[in-house]
Amino acid sequence: MNPFTYTRVSDQQQAIAAVAAAPQAKFLGGGTNLIDLMKMGVEAPPQLIDIGRLPLAQVEELPDGKGIRIGALARNSDVAEHPLIAQRYPVLSQAFLAGASPQLRNMATVGGNLLQRTRCYYFYDPAFPQCNKRNPGSGCGALNGFNRIHAILGQSEQCIATNPSDMNVALAALDAVVRVHGPEGEREIPIGDLHRLPGNTPNVDTNLWAGELITAVDLPAMPFAVRSHYLKMRDRASYAFALVSVAAVLEVGADGKIKEARLALGGVAHKPWRALEAEKQLVGQTADERSFAAAAQAALANAKAYKYNEFKIELAKRSIIRALSTVAAMPS
Amino acid sequence: MEDETFDSLFGAPPPGGDDADIEHQLLFGNPASRRAFLKQIAGTGAALALAPNLLNAPRAFAAESVPAQAAPAMGGLDVRLKINGKEFALQKLDPRVTLLDALRERLNLTGSKKGCDHGQCGACTVLINGRRVNSCLALAAAHEGDEITTIEGLAQGDQLHPVQSAFLEHDGFQCGYCTPGQICSAVACIKEGHAKDDAEIREWMSGNLCRCGAYPNIVAAIREARENPATSSRA
Repeated sequence: MNPFTYTRVSDQQQAIAAVAAAPQAKFLGGGTNLIDLMKMGVEAPPQLIDIGRLPLAQVEELPDGKGIRIGALARNSDVAEHPLIAQRYPVLSQAFLAGASPQLRNMATVGGNLLQRTRCYYFYDPAFPQCNKRNPGSGCGALNGFNRIHAILGQSEQCIATNPSDMNVALAALDAVVRVHGPEGEREIPIGDLHRLPGNTPNVDTNLWAGELITAVDLPAMPFAVRSHYLKMRDRASYAFALVSVAAVLEVGADGKIKEARLALGGVAHKPWRALEAEKQLVGQTADERSFAAAAQAALANAKAYKYNEFKIELAKRSIIRALSTVAAMPS
Repeated sequence: MEDETFDSLFGAPPPGGDDADIEHQLLFGNPASRRAFLKQIAGTGAALALAPNLLNAPRAFAAESVPAQAAPAMGGLDVRLKINGKEFALQKLDPRVTLLDALRERLNLTGSKKGCDHGQCGACTVLINGRRVNSCLALAAAHEGDEITTIEGLAQGDQLHPVQSAFLEHDGFQCGYCTPGQICSAVACIKEGHAKDDAEIREWMSGNLCRCGAYPNIVAAIREARENPATSSRA
C-alpha cells in the first residue's frame, strides 16, 4: 500500500477544505472499497481525511412529508433495517441486504456505496496493462477479454465496465437526490446525473467536483413505493455481485391498469440504468405478463453484447418480467 | 536445512541432461535457483517470526511501485485501542496498519486470522462496538476509542462463550483457520436476531467462507447456541 498521511476531522468544513487543498487526497468513510483498492495499488492517495466521525449518519423524515433524508455516513446495515426505509421503500431495503456481507454492510457508508468503483477485473488488478479507467489511453482489456460480467447498455469502445452497487439501482428507481457540499457551497444532484457513462473518459466515474463531499441522499415521498421489489441475479445464492439486477416499483389502479412505474437495472451499465422507455410503455397498460414482456423488450432494445456476456440480454429481460410480476402480485 | 530435505519436500530433480530434466526445470526452475528461492522463503519466515516489530519499519510496507518522493512524512501515529476491555497504546503506528495487522503483529492477538486480506473471506471478523466487521479493511488508527472484541475476548476466564462451546460440540470446523472469524460473526449474527432458522443463518453468515466445507456443522452450532445459550456453555 502507498504511504499516506492520516487525518481525522470532526468538522465538515475542515474536511472539505483539506481535500480541496490537496487534489489527490481522499475522504475515508467505511473504507471497504478504498482500502481494498489501495491494497491492490489501484488507488494511491497521499492523504486520507477520515470523515467517519462527522455527524452524518442519521435517517430522518423531511418536513412537510417531502420524504426521507439518509445521512451519507449511515451504514448500509442500519439503513437497510431502518423502519422508515423498510416500510416505505422496501426496494431499497432489499437492495442493501442483497449487497456484500453483513460485516461489509456494517462498515460501508451510503456515500461510499454511491462512489464504489467497478469490479471489472481489468480495472481492479494493475497486473493487467490495459484499462482506460485506471490508466487512460491504455485500451480496454475487457473488450476482447473475459467479459462475462460486463456492460450491455450505454458502454463505449473505451470501457465496458459496470457499476457494482445494488443500492444505486434502487436509488435510481426512487428518484433519489444526492446532496453534496464543496468549496463552492452546497448543491443537489439527481441520482441520474451523479454517475456518468464511460464515453471517452471512463476514468471519470461521477460528476462530482473536486473537494465535494456527499452529505446526504434524499428520497422523495413516493407512497406507491411500498409496492416495490429488488431482484438480484448472481452466480451464488448470496455474497456476489449482480450479473443482472432489477429495481421495480408499480402503482396499479383498481381497474388493473398501471398508473406509475419505476424500473432500473443493475449489472448492465457503467451507471445504475434507469429504463425510462420501458416505464413510459408500462403506464396505462394492464399489469400482466404481456405488458411486462413488452417493457422488457423496450428496456433492452439497444443492448449490445460481447463474446461472453450475451446471456445477460435474455437474463435481464426475464428478470424484468419476474420483478414486475412480483410487485404486481403484492397486495395493494 | 539440507538440500535433501528440500528435495524430499518438493521433489528431487530427475537425473540430468534429458528431456525430463528440461521439463522439470520448466516446472520447478533450475534446481540451484529453486533451492535458493526456498531457502530465502524459509529465511523470511523465520525473520518475520523473530521480529514482529518489523511493522514499525515503514519500509516493510512500502509498495515498490510508489516512487520514494511521493511518500509524505510518516511520523507515525500514537493510537490507543480498547481491546477486550483493556487499553493498549500503540506508538508511532504507520497509518497503513490495519486493525487486523495491529492485533496480530503489534499486540500478539493472533486469534483473528488473515485469509484474503481483501474483505472477502471473513477470517478477520472482529466486533467493533458490538458490530461484526472485517478488520482487514479497517485502519487501526480510525478505531481509537471504539470497543473492540476479538475471539480472545469472548470467553469468561475458563468459561467458553456459548458459541465457542457449540462449535466444539458440533465440530464446526476442520482445519480451524476460519473458525475465530466464524465464531465472532456468529455471536453477532445471533445477537442481531438473524439466526431464526437455517436458511437465515446461511444467508447472514455468507460473509464467512470455510474452504473445508464445514458449513452444515457451523449452521448446527449456531442453531444450538441460539436455542440453548445456557446449556451449550461449559467450562
